[in-house]
Amino acid sequence: MSDRVPVLKIGDILLVSIQIDLEDQMVLDLQDDLSQQIVATSARGVVIDISALEIVDSFVGRMLATTAAISRVLGAETVVVGMRPAVAMTLVELGLSLGGVRTALNLELGLGYLRRAQVSPPASP
Amino acid sequence: MRNYPADEASREEVAIQASGDVVKARQTVRLLAQQAGLSLVNQTKLVTAASELGRNTLIYGGGGTAQAAIVRDVARVGVWVRFADTGPGIPDTELALTDGWTSGSGMGLGLSGARRLVDEFELDSTPGVGTTVTVLKWAR
Repeated sequence: MSDRVPVLKIGDILLVSIQIDLEDQMVLDLQDDLSQQIVATSARGVVIDISALEIVDSFVGRMLATTAAISRVLGAETVVVGMRPAVAMTLVELGLSLGGVRTALNLELGLGYLRRAQVSPPASP
Repeated sequence: MRNYPADEASREEVAIQASGDVVKARQTVRLLAQQAGLSLVNQTKLVTAASELGRNTLIYGGGGTAQAAIVRDVARVGVWVRFADTGPGIPDTELALTDGWTSGSGMGLGLSGARRLVDEFELDSTPGVGTTVTVLKWAR
Protein backbone atom coordinates (compact mmCIF):
# COMPACT_ATOMS: atom_id res chain seq x y z
CA MET A 1 0.00 0.00 0.00
CA SER A 2 1.91 3.04 -1.23
CA ASP A 3 -0.89 5.62 -1.10
CA ARG A 4 0.11 8.60 0.97
CA VAL A 5 -1.76 11.72 1.93
CA PRO A 6 0.00 14.75 0.39
CA VAL A 7 1.47 17.38 2.70
CA LEU A 8 1.40 20.84 1.05
CA LYS A 9 3.49 23.82 2.12
CA ILE A 10 2.09 27.35 1.99
CA GLY A 11 4.50 29.86 3.50
CA ASP A 12 5.33 28.54 6.94
CA ILE A 13 2.18 26.46 7.17
CA LEU A 14 1.75 22.81 6.21
CA LEU A 15 -1.65 21.85 4.85
CA VAL A 16 -3.02 18.32 4.81
CA SER A 17 -6.40 17.61 3.31
CA ILE A 18 -7.55 14.05 3.88
CA GLN A 19 -9.75 13.13 0.92
CA ILE A 20 -10.00 9.36 1.13
CA ASP A 21 -11.11 6.66 3.53
CA LEU A 22 -7.86 5.99 5.40
CA GLU A 23 -6.33 2.64 6.12
CA ASP A 24 -4.52 2.48 9.45
CA GLN A 25 -1.10 2.33 7.79
CA MET A 26 -1.81 5.54 5.86
CA VAL A 27 -2.73 7.22 9.14
CA LEU A 28 0.63 6.23 10.63
CA ASP A 29 2.49 7.28 7.46
CA LEU A 30 0.82 10.68 7.57
CA GLN A 31 1.89 11.21 11.17
CA ASP A 32 5.46 10.33 10.16
CA ASP A 33 5.46 12.52 7.05
CA LEU A 34 4.10 15.50 8.94
CA SER A 35 6.69 15.25 11.70
CA GLN A 36 9.49 15.07 9.08
CA GLN A 37 8.06 17.94 7.06
CA ILE A 38 7.70 20.23 10.07
CA VAL A 39 11.41 19.92 10.70
CA ALA A 40 12.43 19.98 7.01
CA THR A 41 10.42 23.15 6.26
CA SER A 42 10.64 24.86 9.68
CA ALA A 43 6.86 25.12 9.58
CA ARG A 44 5.18 27.12 12.33
CA GLY A 45 1.69 25.80 11.76
CA VAL A 46 -0.13 22.67 10.56
CA VAL A 47 -3.69 22.56 9.26
CA ILE A 48 -5.37 19.16 8.93
CA ASP A 49 -8.58 19.35 6.91
CA ILE A 50 -10.91 16.44 7.72
CA SER A 51 -14.03 17.84 6.02
CA ALA A 52 -14.13 14.89 3.62
CA LEU A 53 -13.89 12.28 6.38
CA GLU A 54 -17.15 10.43 6.99
CA ILE A 55 -15.90 8.94 10.23
CA VAL A 56 -13.14 9.54 12.75
CA ASP A 57 -12.64 6.48 14.91
CA SER A 58 -10.37 6.11 17.94
CA PHE A 59 -7.37 5.31 15.75
CA VAL A 60 -7.65 8.45 13.62
CA GLY A 61 -8.63 10.47 16.69
CA ARG A 62 -5.51 9.33 18.46
CA MET A 63 -3.40 10.23 15.40
CA LEU A 64 -4.82 13.75 15.45
CA ALA A 65 -4.05 14.14 19.15
CA THR A 66 -0.55 12.67 18.80
CA THR A 67 0.24 14.77 15.74
CA ALA A 68 -0.83 17.92 17.57
CA ALA A 69 1.42 16.98 20.50
CA ILE A 70 4.41 16.11 18.29
CA SER A 71 4.13 19.29 16.25
CA ARG A 72 3.89 21.39 19.41
CA VAL A 73 7.13 19.85 20.64
CA LEU A 74 8.63 20.70 17.24
CA GLY A 75 7.49 24.32 17.50
CA ALA A 76 4.42 24.21 15.26
CA GLU A 77 0.78 24.69 16.20
CA THR A 78 -1.80 22.25 14.74
CA VAL A 79 -5.38 23.08 13.87
CA VAL A 80 -7.86 20.40 12.78
CA VAL A 81 -10.53 21.92 10.55
CA GLY A 82 -13.82 20.95 8.95
CA MET A 83 -15.08 18.20 11.22
CA ARG A 84 -18.61 17.22 10.21
CA PRO A 85 -21.28 17.57 12.91
CA ALA A 86 -22.16 13.86 12.80
CA VAL A 87 -18.48 13.02 13.24
CA ALA A 88 -18.18 15.35 16.23
CA MET A 89 -21.25 13.81 17.90
CA THR A 90 -19.91 10.31 17.30
CA LEU A 91 -16.41 11.10 18.55
CA VAL A 92 -17.65 12.49 21.84
CA GLU A 93 -19.97 9.53 22.38
CA LEU A 94 -17.11 7.19 21.55
CA GLY A 95 -15.24 8.79 24.46
CA LEU A 96 -12.78 11.01 22.59
CA SER A 97 -13.08 14.72 23.11
CA LEU A 98 -9.71 15.64 21.48
CA GLY A 99 -8.98 17.86 24.47
CA GLY A 100 -5.45 18.76 23.40
CA VAL A 101 -6.32 19.49 19.79
CA ARG A 102 -7.11 22.97 18.51
CA THR A 103 -10.05 22.83 16.09
CA ALA A 104 -11.76 25.31 13.77
CA LEU A 105 -14.95 25.06 11.75
CA ASN A 106 -13.26 25.51 8.39
CA LEU A 107 -9.96 26.10 6.64
CA GLU A 108 -10.32 29.88 6.61
CA LEU A 109 -10.90 30.09 10.35
CA GLY A 110 -8.08 27.63 10.97
CA LEU A 111 -5.60 29.68 8.94
CA GLY A 112 -6.81 32.85 10.66
CA TYR A 113 -6.16 31.30 14.05
CA LEU A 114 -2.62 30.31 13.05
CA ARG A 115 -1.85 33.80 11.77
CA ARG A 116 -2.99 35.37 15.03
CA ALA A 117 -1.12 32.75 17.05
CA GLN A 118 2.08 33.68 15.22
CA VAL A 119 1.66 37.40 15.83
CA SER A 120 1.14 36.86 19.53
CA PRO A 121 2.41 33.44 20.53
CA PRO A 122 0.54 32.02 23.53
CA ALA A 123 2.48 31.95 26.78
CA SER A 124 3.98 28.52 27.18
CA PRO A 125 2.63 26.60 30.16
CA MET B 1 -29.71 -10.11 21.41
CA ARG B 2 -32.94 -11.31 19.82
CA ASN B 3 -32.75 -13.00 16.47
CA TYR B 4 -34.37 -10.49 14.14
CA PRO B 5 -35.36 -11.62 10.63
CA ALA B 6 -32.85 -10.42 8.02
CA ASP B 7 -33.48 -9.35 4.44
CA GLU B 8 -31.52 -12.19 2.88
CA ALA B 9 -30.88 -10.19 -0.29
CA SER B 10 -29.06 -7.55 1.74
CA ARG B 11 -26.68 -9.96 3.48
CA GLU B 12 -22.99 -9.21 2.96
CA GLU B 13 -19.81 -10.85 4.15
CA VAL B 14 -16.31 -9.37 4.14
CA ALA B 15 -13.19 -11.34 5.04
CA ILE B 16 -10.96 -9.32 7.36
CA GLN B 17 -7.33 -10.23 6.76
CA ALA B 18 -5.65 -6.85 6.16
CA SER B 19 -6.27 -3.24 7.09
CA GLY B 20 -7.78 -2.57 3.65
CA ASP B 21 -10.49 -5.09 4.55
CA VAL B 22 -11.51 -2.95 7.54
CA VAL B 23 -12.09 -0.10 5.06
CA LYS B 24 -14.17 -2.50 2.91
CA ALA B 25 -16.22 -3.58 5.93
CA ARG B 26 -16.87 0.08 6.83
CA GLN B 27 -18.05 0.82 3.28
CA THR B 28 -20.32 -2.24 3.26
CA VAL B 29 -21.90 -1.21 6.56
CA ARG B 30 -22.29 2.39 5.33
CA LEU B 31 -24.18 1.20 2.21
CA LEU B 32 -26.56 -0.98 4.22
CA ALA B 33 -27.13 1.84 6.73
CA GLN B 34 -28.08 4.16 3.87
CA GLN B 35 -30.39 1.53 2.36
CA ALA B 36 -32.04 0.93 5.73
CA GLY B 37 -32.73 4.65 6.04
CA LEU B 38 -30.58 5.39 9.10
CA SER B 39 -30.08 9.10 9.74
CA LEU B 40 -26.67 10.53 8.92
CA VAL B 41 -25.70 10.64 12.59
CA ASN B 42 -26.78 7.05 13.13
CA GLN B 43 -24.95 5.94 9.97
CA THR B 44 -21.83 7.65 11.28
CA LYS B 45 -22.17 6.02 14.70
CA LEU B 46 -22.68 2.53 13.26
CA VAL B 47 -19.83 2.84 10.75
CA THR B 48 -17.51 4.15 13.48
CA ALA B 49 -18.46 1.21 15.73
CA ALA B 50 -17.81 -1.15 12.79
CA SER B 51 -14.41 0.43 12.28
CA GLU B 52 -13.44 -0.13 15.93
CA LEU B 53 -14.69 -3.72 15.92
CA GLY B 54 -13.16 -4.54 12.55
CA ARG B 55 -9.78 -3.33 13.76
CA ASN B 56 -10.11 -5.52 16.87
CA THR B 57 -10.93 -8.54 14.68
CA LEU B 58 -7.80 -7.89 12.64
CA ILE B 59 -5.34 -6.93 15.36
CA TYR B 60 -6.43 -8.93 18.40
CA GLY B 61 -8.32 -11.74 16.66
CA GLY B 62 -5.72 -12.26 13.94
CA GLY B 63 -8.36 -11.77 11.24
CA GLY B 64 -11.85 -13.11 10.72
CA THR B 65 -15.07 -12.09 9.04
CA ALA B 66 -17.61 -9.29 9.10
CA GLN B 67 -21.22 -10.08 8.25
CA ALA B 68 -23.91 -7.47 7.86
CA ALA B 69 -27.58 -7.39 6.91
CA ILE B 70 -30.68 -5.27 7.08
CA VAL B 71 -33.04 -6.65 9.75
CA ARG B 72 -36.66 -5.97 10.61
CA ASP B 73 -38.71 -6.01 13.79
CA VAL B 74 -42.42 -5.21 13.48
CA ALA B 75 -42.28 -1.57 12.31
CA ARG B 76 -38.53 -1.03 12.74
CA VAL B 77 -35.70 -1.43 10.25
CA GLY B 78 -32.10 -1.67 11.31
CA VAL B 79 -28.64 -2.86 10.39
CA TRP B 80 -27.09 -5.88 12.04
CA VAL B 81 -23.32 -6.42 11.95
CA ARG B 82 -21.30 -9.32 13.33
CA PHE B 83 -17.52 -9.58 13.61
CA ALA B 84 -16.12 -13.03 14.28
CA ASP B 85 -12.58 -14.27 14.76
CA THR B 86 -10.91 -17.47 15.91
CA GLY B 87 -8.24 -15.66 17.90
CA PRO B 88 -7.12 -16.03 21.51
CA GLY B 89 -10.43 -14.78 22.94
CA ILE B 90 -11.02 -12.43 25.86
CA PRO B 91 -10.68 -13.98 29.34
CA ASP B 92 -12.76 -11.35 31.15
CA THR B 93 -15.41 -9.78 28.91
CA GLU B 94 -16.77 -7.57 31.74
CA LEU B 95 -13.35 -6.01 32.16
CA ALA B 96 -12.84 -5.72 28.40
CA LEU B 97 -15.93 -3.51 28.19
CA THR B 98 -14.51 -0.99 30.66
CA ASP B 99 -13.29 2.32 29.24
CA GLY B 100 -9.52 2.37 29.16
CA TRP B 101 -8.98 -1.37 29.31
CA THR B 102 -6.65 -2.57 26.58
CA SER B 103 -4.56 -5.64 25.95
CA GLY B 104 -2.62 -3.90 23.22
CA SER B 105 -1.36 -0.47 22.35
CA GLY B 106 -4.75 1.18 21.81
CA MET B 107 -6.57 3.57 24.08
CA GLY B 108 -9.09 1.03 25.24
CA LEU B 109 -12.05 2.82 23.70
CA GLY B 110 -12.76 0.34 20.90
CA LEU B 111 -15.12 -2.13 22.57
CA SER B 112 -16.63 0.15 25.21
CA GLY B 113 -16.96 3.04 22.74
CA ALA B 114 -18.52 0.83 20.06
CA ARG B 115 -21.09 -0.37 22.60
CA ARG B 116 -22.15 3.23 23.31
CA LEU B 117 -22.57 3.95 19.59
CA VAL B 118 -25.10 1.20 18.84
CA ASP B 119 -28.55 0.22 20.11
CA GLU B 120 -27.84 -3.45 20.77
CA PHE B 121 -24.50 -5.05 21.54
CA GLU B 122 -23.42 -8.59 22.30
CA LEU B 123 -19.93 -9.85 23.06
CA ASP B 124 -19.24 -13.59 23.12
CA SER B 125 -15.75 -14.79 23.71
CA THR B 126 -14.17 -18.08 24.68
CA PRO B 127 -10.45 -18.16 25.45
CA GLY B 128 -8.68 -20.30 22.87
CA VAL B 129 -11.74 -20.42 20.59
CA GLY B 130 -12.45 -16.88 19.46
CA THR B 131 -14.54 -13.77 19.81
CA THR B 132 -17.82 -12.71 18.22
CA VAL B 133 -19.22 -9.21 18.59
CA THR B 134 -22.69 -8.46 17.26
CA VAL B 135 -24.16 -4.98 17.03
CA LEU B 136 -27.42 -3.51 15.80
CA LYS B 137 -28.53 0.01 15.05
CA TRP B 138 -32.17 0.87 14.34
CA ALA B 139 -33.37 3.58 12.00
CA ARG B 140 -35.40 6.22 13.82
